[in-house]
Amino acid sequence: MTKKRTVFLRVIVSVLLVCFALYFLQKLLMPKYVTGIVEGAFVAEYYEEENKDFDVIFVGDCEVYENFSPVVLWEKYGINSYIRGSAEQYIWQSYYLLEDSLRYHVPQAVVFNIQSLQFNESQNEAYNRMSIEGMEWSKSKIGAINASMTEEEHFLDYVFPILRYHSRWNELTEDDFKYMFHSPKVSYNGYFMRVDTRPVETVPEGNALADYSFGDKAWEYLDKMRELCEENGIQLILVKAPSVYPTWYEQYEQQVEDYASKYDLPYYNFLELTEEAGIDYSTDTYDAGLHMNINGAEKLAEYFGRILSEEYGIIDRRGNQELDDIWAENIKEYENEIDRQCEYYQVDKNTLYRYRESDK
Amino acid sequence: MDELLEILNDLHPDVDFTTETGLIDNMILDSFDIVTLISEISENFDVTISAEYIIPENFNSAQALYALIEKLEDEE
Amino acid sequence: MLFTSYEFIGFIFALAILYYVFPKKLQWMLLLLFSYLFYWIANPIYLIYIAVTTVTIWGCGRMIERNFATQSEYLKANKESLTKEEKKAYKNSKKSARGRWLLLGVLVNLGILAVVKYTDFIVGIFTGKGLGFMDLAVPMGISFYTFQAIGYLIDVKRGTVKAEKNLFKFALFVSFFPQLVQGPISRFGDLSQTLYAEHRFDWTNVSYGIERIMWGFFKKLIIADRVAPAVNVLISDVSVYHGAYAFVGMVLYTLELYADFTGGIDVTIGVAQMLGIRVTENFNRPYFSTSLKEYWRRWHITMCQWFREFVFYPVSTSKAIQGLAKFSRKHFGDNIGKKLPVYVSTFVVWFATGIWHGASWNFIVWGLLNWLILMVSEELEPLYDKFHGKFRFSNTIGYRIFMGLRTLLLICVLNMFDCYVSVSETFHAFLTMFTSANYSIFTTGELLNLGVSALDYIILLCGVLVMLIVSMVQVKGSVRDQIAAKPYPVRFVIWFALFLVILLVGAYGIGYDSSQFIYNRF
Repeated sequence: MTKKRTVFLRVIVSVLLVCFALYFLQKLLMPKYVTGIVEGAFVAEYYEEENKDFDVIFVGDCEVYENFSPVVLWEKYGINSYIRGSAEQYIWQSYYLLEDSLRYHVPQAVVFNIQSLQFNESQNEAYNRMSIEGMEWSKSKIGAINASMTEEEHFLDYVFPILRYHSRWNELTEDDFKYMFHSPKVSYNGYFMRVDTRPVETVPEGNALADYSFGDKAWEYLDKMRELCEENGIQLILVKAPSVYPTWYEQYEQQVEDYASKYDLPYYNFLELTEEAGIDYSTDTYDAGLHMNINGAEKLAEYFGRILSEEYGIIDRRGNQELDDIWAENIKEYENEIDRQCEYYQVDKNTLYRYRESDK
Repeated sequence: MDELLEILNDLHPDVDFTTETGLIDNMILDSFDIVTLISEISENFDVTISAEYIIPENFNSAQALYALIEKLEDEE
Repeated sequence: MLFTSYEFIGFIFALAILYYVFPKKLQWMLLLLFSYLFYWIANPIYLIYIAVTTVTIWGCGRMIERNFATQSEYLKANKESLTKEEKKAYKNSKKSARGRWLLLGVLVNLGILAVVKYTDFIVGIFTGKGLGFMDLAVPMGISFYTFQAIGYLIDVKRGTVKAEKNLFKFALFVSFFPQLVQGPISRFGDLSQTLYAEHRFDWTNVSYGIERIMWGFFKKLIIADRVAPAVNVLISDVSVYHGAYAFVGMVLYTLELYADFTGGIDVTIGVAQMLGIRVTENFNRPYFSTSLKEYWRRWHITMCQWFREFVFYPVSTSKAIQGLAKFSRKHFGDNIGKKLPVYVSTFVVWFATGIWHGASWNFIVWGLLNWLILMVSEELEPLYDKFHGKFRFSNTIGYRIFMGLRTLLLICVLNMFDCYVSVSETFHAFLTMFTSANYSIFTTGELLNLGVSALDYIILLCGVLVMLIVSMVQVKGSVRDQIAAKPYPVRFVIWFALFLVILLVGAYGIGYDSSQFIYNRF
């Protein structure tokens, strides 16, 4: 009897020790995305929001998370929104992130940036990781993994990320220890801020492609996204952000327009609305036109927010005590970050659109 | 038997074949020795030990080997 | 399914659970099912090949067994009436009938092996065109299971083992999945003792098995797969990587081959042991050998045994060779006559060993070089003995280490045939080691540009040290017995440390092209 008990005890203690050790190692070895490539942290940050009752959800790649400022949407129109985007987020990932969000709340409108339609397969394992790893486990995450995996990847690597990051032990930094269990917030309701400027000088001509038509898998997920919105009574809005590069081909545009009119979906191509939105490529982009900086993101939010509230009746939630408090806090953090970045990039804060009263 | 011992001693002068019972198990004879031994035996005894008889039991001692030769001679 | 894949780990895990949960009577059937599943996953077409081999060898085995039975019945029934001569004549006729069944089984199966493996090569020799005439997919492990099955048939014919009655049990012997891919080549008499037996869950077996598997993973993932990228670069182009590079390539390849092949066999034996099945050891610290002859007793043991018992002895004791010996004794003297059988039959053996490894001139030349070196050192042995008798130091450890290193270097050189695309390129690469004056690469850091970083080299060095220490501990007896004798906390730390090292330092996952086990090809 005692022998049995010792064996039993041994097994229990050993298993616990192993599990704990592996858990800690995994936490340590996983990339933290706090400095440098912060985009990898966005997807996970969503779950930390206490109140997920958002009225507008943006899904897409960098063309949403760098180009629309949710703070301005709130300040100007009382729109309670969140961006679920990550670097080169493929359309199937956008679909599953939307499905995942619906587990918490049903928004009035979903805004999808159609840039990623051009990809019919995941192109890069690193981007898969950044888009999927932050998701909490659900049917949607499993779907996202299965839809995204490249040939070299394995499902098990997502279940136990330590298998993927096992060799990071020789590149650990202080951050890995510091942020083992909790990382600071790096986005503002999913928005990635940059205050510096690098104007557009030349727009590179896109190379001619052999085939411009979007692939079956891309269309399949657009259909699924549309159907998911229909089932839940959500207004789906398609947009193309005003990024001048990578090239948005005329042939691409035509396919999206055809799709939108076929299913009676609104589609806004901001490349053609820059004047109306007041986008100035000499001051509103930080990387020569690939992405907007804070000026561009705020102008777009202002312009698009009006459309959202006037044409789609997105309700003004200002006055709701809980949300007011949350947003007051959000705005404070947002402005702190502006200050921090202004110092870092040596930008005069008063030249920013946000603080230039004359423009408004 | 003496003839066989002579052949064996020729092969490994340093081994006492009258008493040794682990010629294979103790790796005294290797495969080359065995083949040389077989061709010597076929020269002197007029029997050819075919491959199926090359098992440790038959080669571990001079006695065993001699018994094998006798058995094969009987069958010829 | 690669041994180091998640799928394989899941596969054996699932099997082990079912194996010990199922009624024990069904255990061998479960093994057969999983073995065929394993083969089916690799490629369903392969199943046809292995099924044909199984059925033909089994059938021939049954016929030989029946022949034995009728013979003994007939002799028993007619004990009184037959004269000695009649008995002998009857026995001989029966024996040659058995020989015909054996021949049939061997020819059919060697024929299949020859067609799938060697057609392209032979056609290439005659037409001068390259490969790709038949372009047949060589079924996984065909060289191994064919030899194992043929070995069985010869054993049955010799009466060493009884033929297996049950076709399905025999199918398991041929297809037992842990050893299907790269051996060892088991003998029926050895493997059948535990393969079909009923096994109760036994913690010693399971823990020893897992330890052995982890050790195999260590060799494969820490060493073989880490060094592979560098080896692949080094042997890719002699015009770029000559001289010192060729030397480094040769040494690293020898390291890779050892870690890869012995690691794979460790996994094989470990998996079998987990299931209570004993598979013959295939290695005995081969790189500690002090001569090439010794090396071939300690490396790939089961293959060497197969060639010794089923090629070397039959050829050397055959009438033709013995006749030749007698003839040359008469004409060239006793000395040559005595040695001729050995020379001729080892030549045959090494030619066959070479061609068994692969259908190419590289392997043929490799085999014959092995033969040449073995024969020369055989001839020089009296000289060595004299030398060793004269000088005291030849008994010292230092001298033994010297002989070991010399042998290892020789093995390295022979292994070069495995690396380069042709015989001439191999010789060329070898010669550049003496003509290229680029040995400065050891100091200029060029070796860090081969896809292996400084850290990788350090890890490799540590890995080699660990292997060396384990081998030295092993001299005193089973390492796992020594571990098992330690108190539980110590055991736990050893297991967990080994596991963590494999998990963290192993060269697997994205970024590592988990290369196939080298011996899969053969």
